[in-house]
Amino acid sequence: MEKETCTFSYCQKPEVTEVECDLLIMGGGMAGCGAAFEGARWANEKGLKIVMVDKAATDRSGAVAMGLSAINTYVGENKVADYVKYVRNDLMGIIREDLVFDLGRHVDNSVQLFEEWGLPIWKRGDDGFSLDGFQAAEAGKKALKDGGTPVRSGKWQIMINGESYKVIVAEAAKKALQTNREATGMAQNHFERVFIVKAVMDTNGKNVAAAIGFSTRENKIYSFKAKAMICATAGAVNCFRPRSVGEGMGRTWYPVFSSGSGYAFGMQAGAELTLMENRFVPARFKDGYGPVGAWFLFFKAKATDSFGEDYCTNKEYFDDAVARYGDYAKGLGTAIRNHLMMRAMKDGKGPILMRTHEAMEALGKDFTEKLGEKEGKKKMKHLEAEAWEDFLDMAIGQASIWAANNIEPDKTPSEIMPTEPYLLGSHAGCAGFWVSGPGDLPGTPEHYSWGYNRMSTVPGLFMAGDVVGASGHKFSSGSHAEGRLCAKSAIAYILDHPDYKPSPKMSLEEIAAELYLPFEIYEKHKVYTTAPEINPNYISPKALQLRLMKIADEYFGGCATWYMTSKTMLEMGLQKLEMLKEDAAKMAAKDLHELLRCFENYHRILSVEAHARHILFREESRYPGYYYRGDYNKIDDENWKCFTNSKYNSETHAWEFKKVPYVQMYP
Amino acid sequence: MPSFVITEKCDGCKAQDKTACQYICPHDLMALDREKMKAYNQEPEQCWECFNCVKICPQQAIEVRGYSDFVPLGSSTIPLRGTDSIMWTIKFRNGILKRFKFPIRTTAEGSVEPYAGKPAPDFATLKQPGFFNGPARTE
Repeated sequence: MEKETCTFSYCQKPEVTEVECDLLIMGGGMAGCGAAFEGARWANEKGLKIVMVDKAATDRSGAVAMGLSAINTYVGENKVADYVKYVRNDLMGIIREDLVFDLGRHVDNSVQLFEEWGLPIWKRGDDGFSLDGFQAAEAGKKALKDGGTPVRSGKWQIMINGESYKVIVAEAAKKALQTNREATGMAQNHFERVFIVKAVMDTNGKNVAAAIGFSTRENKIYSFKAKAMICATAGAVNCFRPRSVGEGMGRTWYPVFSSGSGYAFGMQAGAELTLMENRFVPARFKDGYGPVGAWFLFFKAKATDSFGEDYCTNKEYFDDAVARYGDYAKGLGTAIRNHLMMRAMKDGKGPILMRTHEAMEALGKDFTEKLGEKEGKKKMKHLEAEAWEDFLDMAIGQASIWAANNIEPDKTPSEIMPTEPYLLGSHAGCAGFWVSGPGDLPGTPEHYSWGYNRMSTVPGLFMAGDVVGASGHKFSSGSHAEGRLCAKSAIAYILDHPDYKPSPKMSLEEIAAELYLPFEIYEKHKVYTTAPEINPNYISPKALQLRLMKIADEYFGGCATWYMTSKTMLEMGLQKLEMLKEDAAKMAAKDLHELLRCFENYHRILSVEAHARHILFREESRYPGYYYRGDYNKIDDENWKCFTNSKYNSETHAWEFKKVPYVQMYP
Repeated sequence: MPSFVITEKCDGCKAQDKTACQYICPHDLMALDREKMKAYNQEPEQCWECFNCVKICPQQAIEVRGYSDFVPLGSSTIPLRGTDSIMWTIKFRNGILKRFKFPIRTTAEGSVEPYAGKPAPDFATLKQPGFFNGPARTE
């Protein structure tokens, strides 16, 4: 195919702005906000400049944009080492225990700050019942940092009134950035609606010298030159064909705007990946993907097949799981519970039902016995509101689905269903980059630490939140804390390298031509056909996404094959993906919105390629219930109880793979 | 559940320097038709139904209609977000009405002072565990 280039013969030339700073924070989600808050405090003292770039509005960007009804990581009265064990069990035995422990010993600090900034946190009342954030304040309940007792829905989770969780966290970050402007005299250090497209390497061949992107609001291109960078731009969503393919395609479980941009950035910089074969397939309320955690843990509801049987206790399914997956199956982690649910579904025992009505009835009975009829009823009303709030704080559409289907949870059970796959590293998944640990923990092997906490294998490039591999179950609070850890070690890196001056390998003209190529292609060819959306000379961002989804779904273990794949399927899918990647050189955009979608979908393609190649490399089924290698449908600890690391060369498109030893640091 | 804009109510935020819904949508979905001065959702199949455009609209001109591929008609979910709490009115298809009010924050908007009363960073601890405002847990 003829190679297209942008000479601005057809499309308008953008204004190009170079921004120089010491620390660049990419992404304004929980991790980015944590980095801004911690980073500014250290940077201000030394006159270091911090810049944060967000593709959306920071008040409502990232995975917490809609809000949350719980904070899933608060260690509190528990032991950090037990947190490590819990994460290890859920992620099938292979995690970076240094990173997870480090997270656990820091996370509570962030949660306590959220409360101080105004996040309402439920507290345990004197009668043992829960109080919402306002009731707790009225009752004079102590703050978490002063020993207040949160309402635990599980061992690690606490309940919150979290509609404005992100707004509150963003406010602290934005104020922190303001103090940095005041300390350094920078006019602007918070860029909203600017989308980072790629990393530009330094002429020294080692560092990333600049992150380049464009405004989604005006014809403006940015090159952010920085001595150190934090990549906190989330996991990859809407890569596999989803179960809903009409309007419902947007109703993803994880944020639909997580476009794999964090993975793509690090890959283009040549940072080493780890466990990219990992994915998460949450079992959630069907179609609306509302949270099930509170129903299982807080309301004590049970999920069964349609005949009332708890599929986790089905002897045939369980014995088979133990035969294939060994002791891992006995731990009944999230993957195994998914696997057992799928067995029941494949036997035609669906729909799987969350028995909300029975849970509510049991609670009602309990309340009446403890409190009498009148007070019991009052508490039940409060409980019903809590059940609805669980959805309204974080998956509003699920509440709408109940209303549209006349489902009252105290009368009718609700369907649950495994979703399409998601790539992420902060929730119950661990796909991401191989980063340095803190190095101070006893028993840390040498290959876990190279000087700066959370730094990738590319000097000066730090990773936070979803893009950190082998360290899941951080959730919102852990991502914030990890952003803070990153910022602190990035400041140390900057102070240790005072002579480094970023020198990007690309000129500003070359950058502009590359970023605006989809405009040039569209303007050049659009008049060839009467309907611009059907044109043989280019590919639309929507088409890129739909082709990617179909390949991923059918060859890489999506819903279409019940999450099953194999060497032969992966190889065929990768051939098709290769062509899609080539076609991406012809992507076309008619406006800034489409330009954003073009590059977002290119980032998704790179993320999925990494995912598929990792699945191909690991010759076992480490994550049953998430995906299966039909040709190796068992867990093989002897050969594969190790990290699988890879490196992508963005110039030659070559991949290198290796096994890296896993070390158990905690009993 | 794609958001939709009620023609009669939307004034294109003409009194403000930018439209509220365009500003807030995390997925760049809301667009402004400059001829009509009305906002619209330009890519409904990418809508996450986060309701941020609904909550922020100064004219209460935005609502949400269930995803056409799995939501029956006839229900509605309407928020009214205040300074410290949010009210929800949920109408079922069969007419049942539920109203809820939940806290959203315990401090005034804009009142966060991130570093007030917090210690200055101690650079001797820069390469050690802990944050500027306190050490890491040990056990």
